[in-house]
Amino acid sequence: MRYLFALLAMLVSLGSIAADNQRPQFTFTAIPDQNEAELVRRFQQVADYLSAELDVDVNYMPVKSYPAAITAFRNNQVQLAWFGGLSGVQARRAVPGSEAIAQGYEDQFFKTYFIAHASAGLQPAEALTDTLRGKTFTFGSKGSTSGRLMPEFHLREAFGKAPGEIFSRVGFSGDHSRTIALVQSGAYQVGAVNYAVWEKAVDNGEVNPDQVSVIWTTPPYADYQWTVRGDIDRQLGAGFKQRLTRALLQLENDSILQAFPRSRFVPADNSVYRAIEETATAIGLLDEF
Amino acid sequence: MSGTLRFFSQRRSLRRLSFYFALSALLCLALADIEISAPDPGRELRLMLAGLFSPRIADLTQWLDATLTTVAFALQGVTLAAALGLVLSAFYQRPWARRLAAGLRSVHEVFWALIFIQVFGFTALTGVLAITLPFCGTIAKVFGEQLEEIDQRPASAVSPGRGGISHFCYTRLPLALHAMRNYTAYRMECAIRSSVVLGFIGLPTIGFHLETALRTGEYSAASALLLTVLALVYSLRFWFRTRWLLVLVPTAFIARPVAAEWHGANLMRFLWECVPAPLRQDWPLEKTQRWLGWLGEQVLAGTWNTVLLAQVALVLTALFALLASPLNSSHFVSGWARRAGDGVLLVLRSLPEYLLNFIFLIVLGPSMLPAALAMTLHNGAIIGHLLGRHSDEMPAPPVPAGPLGRFAYFYVPTLYQRFLAYCFYRWEIIIRETAVLGVLGIPTLGFYIDSAFQFMRFDVAILLIGVNAALILAADWLSRRLRRQFLLAPPLARPALQVESAAYRRPLPGA
Repeated sequence: MRYLFALLAMLVSLGSIAADNQRPQFTFTAIPDQNEAELVRRFQQVADYLSAELDVDVNYMPVKSYPAAITAFRNNQVQLAWFGGLSGVQARRAVPGSEAIAQGYEDQFFKTYFIAHASAGLQPAEALTDTLRGKTFTFGSKGSTSGRLMPEFHLREAFGKAPGEIFSRVGFSGDHSRTIALVQSGAYQVGAVNYAVWEKAVDNGEVNPDQVSVIWTTPPYADYQWTVRGDIDRQLGAGFKQRLTRALLQLENDSILQAFPRSRFVPADNSVYRAIEETATAIGLLDEF
Repeated sequence: MSGTLRFFSQRRSLRRLSFYFALSALLCLALADIEISAPDPGRELRLMLAGLFSPRIADLTQWLDATLTTVAFALQGVTLAAALGLVLSAFYQRPWARRLAAGLRSVHEVFWALIFIQVFGFTALTGVLAITLPFCGTIAKVFGEQLEEIDQRPASAVSPGRGGISHFCYTRLPLALHAMRNYTAYRMECAIRSSVVLGFIGLPTIGFHLETALRTGEYSAASALLLTVLALVYSLRFWFRTRWLLVLVPTAFIARPVAAEWHGANLMRFLWECVPAPLRQDWPLEKTQRWLGWLGEQVLAGTWNTVLLAQVALVLTALFALLASPLNSSHFVSGWARRAGDGVLLVLRSLPEYLLNFIFLIVLGPSMLPAALAMTLHNGAIIGHLLGRHSDEMPAPPVPAGPLGRFAYFYVPTLYQRFLAYCFYRWEIIIRETAVLGVLGIPTLGFYIDSAFQFMRFDVAILLIGVNAALILAADWLSRRLRRQFLLAPPLARPALQVESAAYRRPLPGA
């Protein structure tokens, strides 16, 4: 019993020390679009970089799903987030006043690859053809731009039908790394994947070209961006948003940029994503009704 | 004479009941998608087994923090749920109390968490509330039934007067307290499982890291976390005791305060968005029709798949329970063999269905098969363990026979009523879990609920959660009716008390 009380006293004092340590914190998150270990490696470097540039404590908060990233942003658990095109639109609708401040150079003309397992017998083509009918197909996350929105849009354009009616089985793998793994293993015959994640996997030797290959590429669209809450200056001091934007645009650290992979960051604003918003509305993902 | 007749007619009706259930499951099985879609399940399974036998904790502080959070959520959740449940159980004769308890427990922890995350974010408050509310409903029901089963004479001997509370505390509570304590200990075990599962949707418990490890194929790390969960569940019987709890509960609340930073504006916005869209926009006719059609499609598809899968899982659970129960029966095994057999059942019972399903999805690929297997193993192990234990009270068979003959002609017939009672009782729970497994990609109701949260259509999410709750309440009602109609013996009409308290039955003090 005595030991228990000692333990209790210790924990209470630890709790109060932790409470004293409350300084304004700057936290950011990112949509979990691929392997978590890779994300932690990438965003820990970003946190260190921003911490040095902005002279505040910067934390990266890993999350489990796309809506989790949006919810954390909406509830002010994070003030900045690396969103995809669609999740960014959703987040900015949920938090009035928030803004897209920077995107990767490559995000101005992003692409989705359709990849197929060798056993499906599909050849690379200029357009989506009837050979896809009856195959099994996996998207990435339900809320992904490159893994769900754009591939679904183009499938509906080409076939005039919902994906569930084109394919014999439709799944949501959860993220792009998993899509590659599932199609490579043959669990799904065809999948839609973010081209940047795919090319990085190819460079790292994680893709076996005998088993899985690209069969179609979507037209380009705008994707990932850094989005910041509108009230960030009030929380972290006047001019913070400006300094943050500058820090992101001036990021030249090769190791961080390669981890994304992006060649550099360029300015962005909310209007860049209007086309994404319209596409999402067109296939019924965004409208309230 | 009439007794004999009734015995025969009852036996025939039980047989018919079992037949219809098995038939419906066969039909469902034919309609369900139970394909093994992974091309090489053996390879992944070998990797997993290799990982299982080489557990490794990747990051010690992270592991410690996740373990403490898991225990803290469970402990705080159960403490609050038991307190609130006790209050509610005192009013359990009143219809409002019964309805409130039924409503609270008809929504799964995961769905409560998805709702609270929207308002309180990924905080301790979300985790604890998500456990407290459904557990409060279950605890109120069981405490209420325990209070009904006690000797009512002391309560009626003393006039309640104006001190309703002291009347309750002196004449009714002491008689039920022992059973309540055992039941609370069992709920703590469930709370640890739920706490782990909440990690899979983003709260910082063991499940958070377990999901990562399983998803990325780091099976050694996953194995360490899995063993931690098992150790937590087993160690309960040593530390979940009044003496320790007097210290642990205050410690948990002080060291890990149940708090969240939240804003009224956020809450109001969320509540506003929970109002069905047509109501918010004055019923524009064409849009409303489309919205209703679309919602109806989801309700129909989700309910159909939920019922289909639950039916298959129920009958498979029953089969597995019957076949596995001899592992824990003195009629078939004894000594070390029995301890090992029961050990297997205990391991299966300690792992939540959600986690088992996640593992099977990786091995077998996406279809309904992983979910059916997960529920069969978890629920079947619970029922099998209890049946085996009950068989200890049976006398030796009148005619000596081989093990197969004993099983078919003595063991199963003697235990059959009890077995059906347990199966009906787990029915409601199986439907609850089937719906939730949709979050992992099977198109049951949980799939559509998860999608609605994904696109921030909270009105649709709340409506679908409501449909799911109604489905569970309907199953509960049906199973109660079936139990009353077919299982006449009074103790069997209420298996909940036995199922759950038996797991933690300790001798009465002084007995």
